[in-house]
Amino acid sequence: MTPTGHAGADRTPWLVAPAALFMLLFFVYPFLYGLWLSFAPKEGGMLANYAKFFSDTRLWPTIFTTLKLALPATLINVGIALPIAYRMRIKTKRQKWITTALVVPITLGTVLVAEGMLTYFGPRGWLAQVLQFLHLYDGPIRLTHNFWGVLISLVISGFPFAFLLLLSYVTGIDPVLGRAAATLGAGPWAQFRNVYLPLLIPGIAMCFCLAFVQAYSVFPSAVLLGAPAGPTRVISIAAYEAAFEQYDYSLASAIAMMMGLVQLVIVAAVLGIRRLVYRGPVTGGKG
Amino acid sequence: MSTLATTAAPYDAEREARARRLRGKVWSGFLYGLMTIFLVNVFLMIASVGLNSIAKVWRGTWLPDGWTTSWYFDAWKEFQLGDVLWVTFEVVGAVVLLSVLLGVPAAYALARREFFGKRWLIFLFLLPLMVPSITYGIPLATVMYQVHLAGTIWGVIFANVIPAMPFVILVMTPFIEQIDPNLESAARVFGARTPQMFLHVLTPLLAPGILAAALLVLVRTIAMFELTFLTAGSDSQTLVVALYYAVFAAGVRAPQSVDAMAMVYMAVTLVWLLVALQFVNPTQLVSRVKEHPQPA
Repeated sequence: MTPTGHAGADRTPWLVAPAALFMLLFFVYPFLYGLWLSFAPKEGGMLANYAKFFSDTRLWPTIFTTLKLALPATLINVGIALPIAYRMRIKTKRQKWITTALVVPITLGTVLVAEGMLTYFGPRGWLAQVLQFLHLYDGPIRLTHNFWGVLISLVISGFPFAFLLLLSYVTGIDPVLGRAAATLGAGPWAQFRNVYLPLLIPGIAMCFCLAFVQAYSVFPSAVLLGAPAGPTRVISIAAYEAAFEQYDYSLASAIAMMMGLVQLVIVAAVLGIRRLVYRGPVTGGKG
Repeated sequence: MSTLATTAAPYDAEREARARRLRGKVWSGFLYGLMTIFLVNVFLMIASVGLNSIAKVWRGTWLPDGWTTSWYFDAWKEFQLGDVLWVTFEVVGAVVLLSVLLGVPAAYALARREFFGKRWLIFLFLLPLMVPSITYGIPLATVMYQVHLAGTIWGVIFANVIPAMPFVILVMTPFIEQIDPNLESAARVFGARTPQMFLHVLTPLLAPGILAAALLVLVRTIAMFELTFLTAGSDSQTLVVALYYAVFAAGVRAPQSVDAMAMVYMAVTLVWLLVALQFVNPTQLVSRVKEHPQPA
């Protein structure tokens, strides 16, 4: 390197090279290798893995098993997070406390949430005891080792995520806009519907996509809290079993690719809907 | 007629305003109610894990029958927590160090310069944050098994850097953009080379940003389950993977001992979370957030 570093030989862009090289080596290459491997099955022709995936009743239904969990979970999380994030758009002490409290379930992670739920939501846990004590529900309470357990765990870890993400979008919108609408006579609902919502649509779409992608790849809670042999045999369990129990990395890669494909379809659909309902700048609020 | 109309109008407006305030109160009460139910249940859940870990026996009663700390000693021995904690420490430390060393210069180049292929690079760095870890973790583990990297601690470290390093880039870019480029030019004028400029000018200015990014990566890496699970061997497990196996094999072991381990994991995570929250905004854990000035 020359001591003076003339503008003609600007080497600054090369600073990105080590990071890019790392990503090529550990992210792009394995992904492409996996894609290639999925077309090179242990036996049979090029498409044998995919043919197997779509004919095996232990494989293809996992797509819908997972969708049945991930879509309701995402709708619940985003649907509840949106009004609450909107309500808390003004920075107060209370907002600070609640956001701090909500970080806890995110940082604890899905495995700990699963263990906590087994204790708390179990048939002898506190929740069941309270419900029976108050005679709200007298039948046996089964919230673990089934569909509901996994759905609740997806809400516990997914709701704070959706809330914090939406909160960052809502607080990014200049409150002056809402106040301007109010001086023109817009009530709270009209302010939300006609001022905030159009500006929030890109953020909501983004939040929905990220929350969905997380829910769709549910793994630890589906094993620990669900019924991994039946109703919550999600697609990542199928991929894991293929790779680490049958040692068929080729089939496992094919399942991972199918998983990526389904996510891509959903994300594309959400972004398509967004384009239908909203035309305008992607970043909103200021300037 | 006219007098009637003028007295009725303000009355209506007032009633309308009162009804609106009431609706607003009911609505916000409903929302805070939902939030309270959520938070109360989450914290009772954590509390029940905590109580169970110090309970002698706890079967279907409000509180356990007796108290003991022996489960912690059991868990420490049974799950080799000493080794697991040390591995976790090594993995997390290396991931933070590597992702900062790779990510900060990359963020600098991306924030300051226009060059060919920049858009594609940004896309490449965003991709691991959009694609779930299981989808690329399985091909990654396959490749790592072929080059005998899987099962080693380095395999776990490299796998965890994949989502961590792009996250550093995302967090650092706004920090770098706000630094006046004239400072760098001034350093150049006085003959500083790029490494010197980085060390003596940028690093001190970027220290708060680097600290924030490092803490966020740290908290996220402790909780990162999938990638570690897919690439770890028996002696390269981090705490969260060890916890998964403990819960997975729960029938074999006393639930209190598993809960004791969960408490150790929780303590490790929460201590770092508390440290992190001194320097970062909670929303930064999930997204890149610039603090927006709130105009009065």
